[in-house]
Amino acid sequence: MNKIKTILRGKFFFIFGPFIFLWLLRYVIPNYTISSKTPHWAYIPPKSCLGGCGSIDGLIPFVDWTNALIQFLRKYEIFGLFTFRDFTRGIANYVDKFLDFTEAVLHKGFPSYDVGPLPWIFILTLTIILGFYLRGWRLALLGGACFSYLILFSKRGIWELSMKSLAAISVSAPLAALIGLCLGILAVKRKRFANFLWPMLNILQSLPHFSYLILVVIFVGIGTKAGVIATVIFAFPPMARLTILGLQNISQEIKEAGVMAGCTKWQMLFKVEIPAARSPIMLGINQVIMQCLAMIVIAAFIGQPGLGHDLLIRLQGLRLGEAFEIGVAVVLIAITLDRYSQALALKEPERREGNFVKRNPYLCATFFAIIICSILVFLFPFFNEYPKELTVSASVYLDNAIKSFTRSLFVPLGIFRDWMLIYFLMPLKAVFQSMPWTGVILFVGAIGWKLGKMRLALTVMLFVFFIASSGYWVRAMITVYMVFASLVICALIGIPLGIWASKKESRTKIVLNICDIFQTFPSFIYLLPAIMLFQISDVSAIFAIVIYSSIPMVRYTVFGLRNVPQQIIEASITSGCTDRQLLWKVKMPLAFPEIILGANQTLMFALFMVMIAGFIGTVDLSQEIFRALSFSDGGKGLIIGLCVAFIGLTADRLLVEWSSQMKSKLGFNV
Amino acid sequence: MNKEAKISCKNIWKLYGEAPEKFLKNTNNNPTTEEIKKNNYIPAVRDASIDVNTGEILVIMGLSGSGKSTLLRCMSKLIEPTHGQVFFEGSDLLKASEKELIDIRRHKMGMVFQHFALLPHRTVLQNVAFPLEVQGQEMHKREERAKDVIKLVGLEGREKYYPRELSGGQQQRVGLARSLAVEPDVWFLDEPFSALDPLIRKEMQNEFLRLQSMLKKTIVFITHDFDEAIRLADRIAIMYEGLIVQVGTPEELITKPATDYVAEFTKDIPRSKLLNAESIMNEKDKKPYENTVNYSDKIEKIASKVLKSESIFSVVDDNKEVIGSVSKKELIKALFAEDKNE
Repeated sequence: MNKIKTILRGKFFFIFGPFIFLWLLRYVIPNYTISSKTPHWAYIPPKSCLGGCGSIDGLIPFVDWTNALIQFLRKYEIFGLFTFRDFTRGIANYVDKFLDFTEAVLHKGFPSYDVGPLPWIFILTLTIILGFYLRGWRLALLGGACFSYLILFSKRGIWELSMKSLAAISVSAPLAALIGLCLGILAVKRKRFANFLWPMLNILQSLPHFSYLILVVIFVGIGTKAGVIATVIFAFPPMARLTILGLQNISQEIKEAGVMAGCTKWQMLFKVEIPAARSPIMLGINQVIMQCLAMIVIAAFIGQPGLGHDLLIRLQGLRLGEAFEIGVAVVLIAITLDRYSQALALKEPERREGNFVKRNPYLCATFFAIIICSILVFLFPFFNEYPKELTVSASVYLDNAIKSFTRSLFVPLGIFRDWMLIYFLMPLKAVFQSMPWTGVILFVGAIGWKLGKMRLALTVMLFVFFIASSGYWVRAMITVYMVFASLVICALIGIPLGIWASKKESRTKIVLNICDIFQTFPSFIYLLPAIMLFQISDVSAIFAIVIYSSIPMVRYTVFGLRNVPQQIIEASITSGCTDRQLLWKVKMPLAFPEIILGANQTLMFALFMVMIAGFIGTVDLSQEIFRALSFSDGGKGLIIGLCVAFIGLTADRLLVEWSSQMKSKLGFNV
Repeated sequence: MNKEAKISCKNIWKLYGEAPEKFLKNTNNNPTTEEIKKNNYIPAVRDASIDVNTGEILVIMGLSGSGKSTLLRCMSKLIEPTHGQVFFEGSDLLKASEKELIDIRRHKMGMVFQHFALLPHRTVLQNVAFPLEVQGQEMHKREERAKDVIKLVGLEGREKYYPRELSGGQQQRVGLARSLAVEPDVWFLDEPFSALDPLIRKEMQNEFLRLQSMLKKTIVFITHDFDEAIRLADRIAIMYEGLIVQVGTPEELITKPATDYVAEFTKDIPRSKLLNAESIMNEKDKKPYENTVNYSDKIEKIASKVLKSESIFSVVDDNKEVIGSVSKKELIKALFAEDKNE
């Protein structure tokens, strides 16, 4: 009996057990091939007719139920007065009012008062002064360069497009930040609300963007305001999270100091807690801005005009030179806003003494800049509207460059692509497609059980069961295959790169900086080089995913390796370790939990990117979502979105638990 | 209840664990150590009763985890005790409404924290003025007052600094100033000098004594440093695993330790600096001898003359009345007290 227990607990059984099970299934189940017309029920989840044998073909008709709920919300009048949709549209109209204002300031002007939009010279100067104020001349230079590019390269209207996008962001970002802040505060103050909010945030953050785009279309409509609302929904969760973390991490003593000073609850919140947590809260705002930028392109799918919209059209028309020009604009705006908001988050109040000008140098500078700019605008039309003749465009040269580049590399890239497809991707895809759903459920359950948590095992099994019974099992497994393939490649690239980077301080700095810059790129940008190099295929999708999601792999590897305690390294060196031994016998084992967390993040990034790669034609869940989007099929979109979310959450639960168990075994604080 | 007591704690319990009130009730508010352990409760404070008299410095001493900070927080109701009563100026603090509590804290209590707990986004002046600001005092008036207190703690000229620009000692001066800004009756200090390095600590202790000689507050001072305790205290309460083991003057703790635990603490204290003639004298021998010493003279002062001479000395009080005697024998016994255990 004990022997069996040891075998069951052993690593061998843990790793190979499920595979043995899958292998044995071959003999048990007839028709054990994918090509079979009528696969066995244990292999592909059967259809059922619970919801009437309509268009939906799952075991449980989640899609029908969701659609029924959506219909109900659209049609049912609360108190006979208004429907839920009237309510959401009413909110959207309020949003529209703000939007009218920012759009008027930035690009439409106020025709009724005969006032034009804010001239470019104002925006440029104020950005530069703000840069100086927040961090110094480098930041000012970045901001100046960014807006100069937008002005100079505006032959095809990049300036106007940017202003449209910024007008949308300047409504969505504050709104998302405010909502996130309020929910975060509420969650800290009311335990019960927190219990409700956390899982909601988890699901919201792992749902692919497109699935709630559909819901936004149904309940709000299309256009800029719909885009703004979708952006807000997408952007508030990190703010809520960081607010919660920030407020919870305030030192107990500071709170007690507030209480002992006799603060009321509101004084406590506004005078002690929020100021004390201002850094994490400001980082939350930074996150919100980045999420809003990521949504520039995605919101274009539901008709939000701006940079994203034009980028999308050019991508669809494969006008890569022009797309590249717009892409650079998006990236520049993203980096600028990121650095500015980071600087704001890290800014400490400064002590200045002396007269008014000395105490408020930037206020005065702003004041004078406004006066001088006003005079310039009044005297010279050049400063009001940058003349079209002076704008440039490099798109023709870029197109040529891209063409000659891809032409010269066509043959080797083609060979590489086909080799990848035939020897790596296709076999891998076959492996994933031949996994029966029963086996997969048992597999994740076994891992959960091995990690010692019955509850964990049941949760992940439930997640997988949901995917299987929703009717999208086959597609979901293709998504899993894409993610897995990307993960393997990311690990092969990211871990060695991380090891290399962690060897020297200077390398670490450079690599982490590059990671930072890459991470600020809105995800759609990564499709550009992918299409350029590999046209439209699984390889280009995986290429785009890999560039995007290698970032956390590198970052966590570097972090893990550099955080090995100095004492341990010194002890190993004095024990006579060579460099190689030090790496493999000491550093890597200690950094391993961190690397696992990196893999987890990579997986999440990859899952997001897979959905976007659906844009260039993969046949997994993302294609179904795009289809649902074009038919405004809210139920389908949401259920597929949940499938994607559950793939992510299953992996996340298992990997994070594994990592934290390893950490506590190593005696690190978790 | 002692009439002089500013704060009076009666049978304070603080247990951590599941539904501790119920557990206490089931054990008649007096569970044994075994019962507490068996039911997985963590006792922070056990049955603590203590009075803080007006104008005295009461030092609560114990190692980390002995419950001293928790007891202090129960006195200001920062932590709600599981059971017991806390009387503040005769009224039950635990029954006070939120509004009354805020009022008491705004006007009658000041607290200094181990890690200073300054608000990082405020200047020194704004930090010190903070308790006045939340009371709703107008800007001009509260800054005036804050400047006075800053002067009092010797930080003049640093009003516009931010906490991060100050050294640890300076930051704690800001902490002291903030807690004094409202002119509280009771001054709570929670290991105020533990985070400072030894030289600064000494300096701050002197600063503290200087302030107290001017202000005459009722003080509850927490420390884990016995040297600090005997330097500052009028009375010391020693806590061990949540229990108050002994309360007394420094001399009492050294001459009559209630338990081995207290004795262990007091062992390394230089007795000659602390004990006076009265505490070591032979009370039965009230014969008037030729040589006399005053009852309040520290051993340090009388040691050489007693040890040099073979005769016995009379101990006299302020009215020159003989209350006992001291000889070589008593002196040696007192100075090498641990020998009597062997």
